Amino acid sequence: MINFQYVRANSIADAVNLIADDPAAKFVAGGTNLIDLMKMDVEQPTKLIDISRLALDKVEDTAEGGLRIGAMVRNSDLAYHPAVEARYPVLSSAIRAGASQQLRNMASTGGNLLQRTRCAYFYDIALPCNKRTPGSGCGALAGHNRMHAILGTSDACIAVFPSDMCVALALLEARVHVSGPNGARTIAFDAFHRLPGETPQRDNNLEPGEMIVAVELPSAGFASNYSYLKIRDRLSYAFALVSVGVGLEIADGRIKAARLALGGVAHKPWRDTRAEAALAGQAANEAVFRQAADIVLRDARGFGHNNFKIELARRAIIRALTQAANGTPQSQSNKKIA
Amino acid sequence: MQQRNQPAGRADGASGTVSVNLTVNGTRHSLTLDPRTSLLDLLREHLDLTGSKKGCDHGQCGACTVLLDGRRVVSCLTLAVMQDGANVTTVEGLAKDGHLHPLQQAFIDHDAFQCGYCTPGQLCSGVALIAEGHAKTADEIRELMSGNICRCGAYTNILAAIQQAMRQS
Ligand SMILES: Cc1cc2nc3c(=O)[nH]c(=O)nc-3n(C[C@H](O)[C@H](O)[C@H](O)COP(=O)(O)OP(=O)(O)OC[C@H]3O[C@@H](n4cnc5c(N)ncnc54)[C@H](O)[C@@H]3O)c2cc1C
Ligand code: FES
Ligand code: FES
Repeated sequence: MINFQYVRANSIADAVNLIADDPAAKFVAGGTNLIDLMKMDVEQPTKLIDISRLALDKVEDTAEGGLRIGAMVRNSDLAYHPAVEARYPVLSSAIRAGASQQLRNMASTGGNLLQRTRCAYFYDIALPCNKRTPGSGCGALAGHNRMHAILGTSDACIAVFPSDMCVALALLEARVHVSGPNGARTIAFDAFHRLPGETPQRDNNLEPGEMIVAVELPSAGFASNYSYLKIRDRLSYAFALVSVGVGLEIADGRIKAARLALGGVAHKPWRDTRAEAALAGQAANEAVFRQAADIVLRDARGFGHNNFKIELARRAIIRALTQAANGTPQSQSNKKIA
Repeated sequence: MQQRNQPAGRADGASGTVSVNLTVNGTRHSLTLDPRTSLLDLLREHLDLTGSKKGCDHGQCGACTVLLDGRRVVSCLTLAVMQDGANVTTVEGLAKDGHLHPLQQAFIDHDAFQCGYCTPGQLCSGVALIAEGHAKTADEIRELMSGNICRCGAYTNILAAIQQAMRQS
């Protein structure tokens, strides 16, 4: 780890000013991703601006019946927050499917959105990686790519965005409130993370110097019919091979509205509004769910080791939709997949 | 010493070190540190509290688990300077007045370790799990203890030990 200067921000304005002064500076919140990457010399900030003590740790009701989650709310506090458990159980479930209780106690809402890929080529500075060192090539394309993306890839990068929480935020249509040198703005969740294209070094559409201050949930929480199904190499404490978040509105056996997002398959949480539209108005049965899965995976492409993910994703989508429709969401402690 | 005319936490520009005050197992410490020092290295290298173990140094094993202001965290992924003012409990601080913590006694009763390397982390994690109150069933305990890896595979006995301590609490 290279040495750095440590400063503690006293307010949002202080934090934004401190980072504007120094392009090589970085915010640190829970530290669970940044400090790990600094130990690997993947991240080399010369200044750390500690935002962990800012008063951004509240979960508040909004006027429109939603929730506003401060950027420093810890993942564990959010997962067990009574309003989240009652009104947005798919979010609670997705958070509990990720990392460990120790890490969730540290990890922040803002930091979770900005965690970087777990691609082994990104993590090892001796290997090529266009995301870490633009122009050096993608080691995973013809290398070990079992964990890698099957949707939205480019010739420059096939890394996946690893967050579980963000899959739920994508299907809930969260909004990200940011503050920066040019003032405050709000970014729709779907427009927050990026596909790799020719610029995989950019994970998201935050501008330099911008800070996440809150994440806002609209009122629709899909609390009756939801599921978060995460498939991984061991039953717990592992990143997703494929995960599926579902929220349905069902009346008289028919789907009125559907939300569907996948994790572990792309450079961003993968939401497919065409598949959602195809579900709307249909009876909730397996043939309909299979059709939706086929739409999601219409352009899926494997790179060798990860070819199995395409069929795995198809089955996981059908299973998660079934769980949601039946009102029997995947348990995050009893790992039997019902 | 911290310079009063600077906001808390600003590094001392001249030497590049930072001053950190924290309480560990009830004892207050004032230290001057390289800002890169993790909380784990502070405990092991500066305070000689070698109970907390360095298994992976990357948040992947749980051997370094301590209680930070009562909550379990992995001490390898936080900087000591970020925890200025905090209250830390390590495995060395679990026993009180010469009596083992009930979970420590339960680990002995159930033979919940072989090599013992993961045990300090398991103990701190288990103490926090019981205090959190989210885990009731065996499945829930297993899931919420999954951040602590045991290479010796003592999981069955660790679960039994936690269940015993839970009944006692
Ligand atoms: C062993 C291990 C297993 C894990 N398993 C999972 C898993 O299964 N599923 C999962 O989803 N995640 C998992 N994680 C990742 C974990 O969720 C993230 O590390 C965590 O959410 C990051 O949050 P943080 O507050 O610690 O971020 P930090 O490490 O503090 O910061 C991450 C990045 O965000 C920036 N940043 C932080 N806050 C802000 C802000 N408010 N505004 C602007 N920039 C900001 C920082 O500058 C940094 O670049 C795992 C992590 C580890 C170490
Ligand atoms: S040493 Fe901290 S989690 Fe392994
Ligand atoms: S007892 Fe050996 S690692 Fe757990």
